[in-house]
Amino acid sequence: MSSNAITIPGVQINEKPWVDTLHEWVTTVDHKRLGVLYILYALLFLVIAGVEALIIRIQLMFPHNHFVSPEVFNRLFTMHGTTMVFFMGMPILFGFANYLVPLMIGARDMAFPRLNAFSFWLSALGGFLLYFSLVGANGLYGAGNAPDVGWWAYAPLTARAFSPGHSTDYWTLALLVSGFGSIGTAINIIATILCMRCPGMRLNRMPLLAWLNLVMAGMVLIAVSPLTAAQMMLLIDRYLGGHFFDTQAGGSAVLWMHFFWIFGHPEVYVLIIPCFAFMSEIIPVFSRKPIFGYPVMVAATVCIGFVSMSVWAHHMFSVGMNSYANSFFTITTMAVGVPTGIKIFNWLGTMWGGRIQFKVPMLFCIAFLFQFLIAGLTGVMLGSAAFASQLTLSYFVVAHFHYTLVGGVVFGVFAAIYYWYPKITGRMLNETLGKWHFWLFVIGFHLTFDLMHIPGLLGMPRRIYTYEPGRGWDTLNLLISVGGFIQAIAVVIFVANLVISYFKGKKAGNDPWDAWTLEWSTSSPPPAYNFASIPVVASRRPLWDLKHPEDPDSRYE
Amino acid sequence: MWQIVIVAFLSTAAFAAASEPTNGTNIFAPASTPAKLVAHLSGFVLAITGIIFVVVFTLLVYSVIKFRGRAGDAGREPPQVYGSTQIELAWTIIPILIVVVLFLATARVIHAVQDAPQPPGALEVTAIGHQYWWEFRYPKLGVVTANELHIPVSDPANPTPTFLTLLSADTDHSFWVPELAGKTDLIPNHPNRMWMDPQRTGIFLGQCAQYCGVQHAKMLLRVSVDSPEDFAAWVRGQQQPAVQDASAAAGRRVFESNACMNCHAVGATPANGRFGPDLTHLMSRVTIASGAAKNTPENLRLWIQNPNAIKPGSLMPAMQLDDGDLDAVVSYMETLR
Repeated sequence: MSSNAITIPGVQINEKPWVDTLHEWVTTVDHKRLGVLYILYALLFLVIAGVEALIIRIQLMFPHNHFVSPEVFNRLFTMHGTTMVFFMGMPILFGFANYLVPLMIGARDMAFPRLNAFSFWLSALGGFLLYFSLVGANGLYGAGNAPDVGWWAYAPLTARAFSPGHSTDYWTLALLVSGFGSIGTAINIIATILCMRCPGMRLNRMPLLAWLNLVMAGMVLIAVSPLTAAQMMLLIDRYLGGHFFDTQAGGSAVLWMHFFWIFGHPEVYVLIIPCFAFMSEIIPVFSRKPIFGYPVMVAATVCIGFVSMSVWAHHMFSVGMNSYANSFFTITTMAVGVPTGIKIFNWLGTMWGGRIQFKVPMLFCIAFLFQFLIAGLTGVMLGSAAFASQLTLSYFVVAHFHYTLVGGVVFGVFAAIYYWYPKITGRMLNETLGKWHFWLFVIGFHLTFDLMHIPGLLGMPRRIYTYEPGRGWDTLNLLISVGGFIQAIAVVIFVANLVISYFKGKKAGNDPWDAWTLEWSTSSPPPAYNFASIPVVASRRPLWDLKHPEDPDSRYE
Repeated sequence: MWQIVIVAFLSTAAFAAASEPTNGTNIFAPASTPAKLVAHLSGFVLAITGIIFVVVFTLLVYSVIKFRGRAGDAGREPPQVYGSTQIELAWTIIPILIVVVLFLATARVIHAVQDAPQPPGALEVTAIGHQYWWEFRYPKLGVVTANELHIPVSDPANPTPTFLTLLSADTDHSFWVPELAGKTDLIPNHPNRMWMDPQRTGIFLGQCAQYCGVQHAKMLLRVSVDSPEDFAAWVRGQQQPAVQDASAAAGRRVFESNACMNCHAVGATPANGRFGPDLTHLMSRVTIASGAAKNTPENLRLWIQNPNAIKPGSLMPAMQLDDGDLDAVVSYMETLR
């Protein structure tokens, strides 16, 4: 398995002019470059949507605050939600899938490199369209610029009667276009994993990251299609006189809710499953043990993939479904907790008996486990339709899903960035700055999102630009906002670390973490062709076999 | 006749003044059967999830501390363990049992809340959500009011629950008074039902919980739970036609010759608009603008002059009245007891 980059002695690589470099990046079909583009694009939107969140938190620091107007506030939470889900969460996870999947299965690129580039640029165009609304959306006098219908855009608020101008159209088109991009990427990931594995890599020897991304891509195919269809129906309503969701003409608002959440709930698993994948790669390496219960982990993920398709209406426990429907969606929602719990137990089993190294990626993983445990348990509460009749649409649910999406996805993404940055750039991220980033982010996160559950229990609805004093919400909201700023400081440190380490970081070498999967067998950063010769594997941990020829995994599998 | 009106007004006014809000919006302080059932269930769910949390949290902390890498073990790998079927079975079956228990407990409450039959003594109210205010109609009593729902207290021995039919005139809204019941949405073309049987009198607060547009935040709700006598008196007062006070004739003329009457109704006058709140008994309400401001003459004047000053994004236009007309309309409003 010789898979280092080939260096030809005596050949000097000349510095290229920056225009050539830019041209290469824009026209690239290399899965690694596209992966990096996805990640950078997503980090840009993380910062933009993060600033939006900070403005929201300033407005909510005090009751009857006048920092922004109600119109601006409504645009802010719409843009924050839409951006974070569609233009931060999905792209950054697609970026890692793009970068890592071919490397981890011993392939030279994705199955369809040009489709890959096309999908990325479609997603990029989607984000651009969403923010172009700030310039282009003022259609009629008095119409707002950015979309202000909320990220789930319930009908009939999106009808032209309630949403004049073009802001809703930009929202629709942004999701439509980036949705095509997501479908393209999903097809590509599935085809790559099924067809491009190196010799010896049977499905049951695939790294869990590849398995989980396979499930994620399958879910994208099934879930994004109804969203795309619904966006087209909305466009037909708004421009061609359709009445799908136009309640004034007999359309159905509830129909939109079903369409949206048939997409929307699998979507949260689309976001969290790749983070489960990061956990399943990083925790074993820093515990110095193989993943506990590999077949069960695969089965639990596939199970989540199927069951999560049947839980969408738990977002609709207040819309007046009958008691049978509410009971059905209660049992399916709680059932998802079982495979999710199994995964947490298996990570715990992986750490059990290991020698845990508290490097920054592992710190983020441990915090992920604690937070995802709590997020899962509040999810069970929200899954109970009767309890949810109080909790849904309140700040409790806001706290819950930020617990999964920040405490889960963002922590998972940070772990992944600290873990694979050396592979991508060839340099280590600074450990000290990383620890500052980690601890500040943990403190800020818990200050914000632990406390955020309480105003929900005290009756504070979500999406309100201001609130009445004297309901027990005031101090809590102030502290929640303070926590938001602590998180922002942590992210500034993180971005500084990314930049400083790129130029001054310690050289990483091929395998800085003494890890076991194929991407660590090639150089950092890997050459365009990934592997000089295609590797052949005999177990789930090919590099373990290489490092421990006296006790290879292949003997036990 | 006049005496009845005055007595009714005085009793309502006295009641309104005497009962400043004493109830919060805490879901764990229920005062009505649906909210109580949910609060009990939530106690059970919290206990079970709490136990799960403590167990898993302890295991996590234990393994992080116990199995931390130490300086001495550089280079040596721990025993490589790949899994265990028995353990996997255990942590699959135990969660399944917990899920079954939680589901059964939930299903029981869903059934008790949603499938409760409507007793003959129940009060029927139709609640209609409008962009940023609530319309309440009592079809059997012939009463129409806005933003402040009056319902009778319900004696558990002889229950008089209130059954709400929930409709919407425009976008989605959600009726949420946390201490009386869980929330139910008001969706156009999709009538919903909910009920509550408050077991103590007082003011209960809530607000719209489903994002409905610019002023979703100030679509507040007040539910006044009255004793049977107070409620009967309130109904009698609301059933009267509007007071015709000759001293406010000028204001009434302004009201009826401007766009006011296109949107607002005043009983037994030509004003019959349905787009805004019914003003027949405006002064029997404690707040205006769906709870955004106290119902004082100054606030009323500011509201009529420029609604955006109190509630930016409100659909009521600024009427651009001159000072004389403004004062006249305000004094007309003050006679609508």
